[in-house]
Amino acid sequence: MSDIQVGTEIPALELAPISRYTLALYAGASGDHNPIHIDSDFAKNAGMPDVFAHGMLSMAYLGRMLTNWQPQAQLRKFGNRFAAITQLQDAITCSGKVVEMIEQNGETLARCEIQAVKADGEQTLVGEALVAV
Amino acid sequence: MCMSEGRLDLARNDGQPLGRAYVQGSPDRRGGSYYVQGVMMLDKSKIGFEFASFTADVEKGRLRFFAKAIGETNPIYTDEAAAREAGYRALVAPPTFTMVLDMEGPEFLPFLDLLNMDIARILHGTQEFEYFAPICAGDSITVTGHIADMFEKKGGALEFVVMEQSYTNQDGELVAKSTNTLVHRNG
Repeated sequence: MSDIQVGTEIPALELAPISRYTLALYAGASGDHNPIHIDSDFAKNAGMPDVFAHGMLSMAYLGRMLTNWQPQAQLRKFGNRFAAITQLQDAITCSGKVVEMIEQNGETLARCEIQAVKADGEQTLVGEALVAV
Repeated sequence: MCMSEGRLDLARNDGQPLGRAYVQGSPDRRGGSYYVQGVMMLDKSKIGFEFASFTADVEKGRLRFFAKAIGETNPIYTDEAAAREAGYRALVAPPTFTMVLDMEGPEFLPFLDLLNMDIARILHGTQEFEYFAPICAGDSITVTGHIADMFEKKGGALEFVVMEQSYTNQDGELVAKSTNTLVHRNG
């Protein structure tokens, strides 16, 4: 029997502050070469204070949190909205908890609310995951 | 399709409506966009547009590089023996990796040209994945995608493009689906 139930917290994942190096690596590895994330001149010309993090980098962090908690093969659905831009030096923490247990296609799923927040508490990603338990 | 006579809500840079303007005849069209008194409106006739499908190989070196970039340390993402021990046939792709496959197409962000969007003005609004089977190193994944919807908010200051993608492996098995919304800042 699984001990996952409504209220169960997903162990949080704390990330190091976002650096230009992090963004360069992510741009290369992901293939998302949008210069707004890696070229300060381009970002400033676009009206941004500087380069900023790919939304998908933070979503990958949320994914790490989920797969650290339960095997990836049990992940059925994973989504979020990008609520705020993650700037350089922001230290992101991912967290989540089970809010509902549902039955779907013959299996029990934990519906989890998940989020990524900055050190000052501002939410950057807010979403949901369905995990088979 | 071109816009004939119609009324549009224009917007100031702060998103407040400026009032209504009449558009007569064919507005100035460049690429897939309408310009109405300097405000670019994305061409909604592209709803339903199917992008050219393509097939991308899932390479284990790429998976290791991606794991490094996201700080992933679980060995099933980098060590083949650990992946097999965990029940996978090879290194497994992390949950957001399908986005990497999207970038393997013949054109970088093909919706940019189609809709005449400015890469400096797009933001990722939402992203959702649905998973049916693992994607592993050695797989060949065919990516198909289309524009599911387009809409605007704040009187056109923000435009939204909803895209849906499907990922099918070399055995014809649907492994994942993605829905994402891009935001284009007109202000």
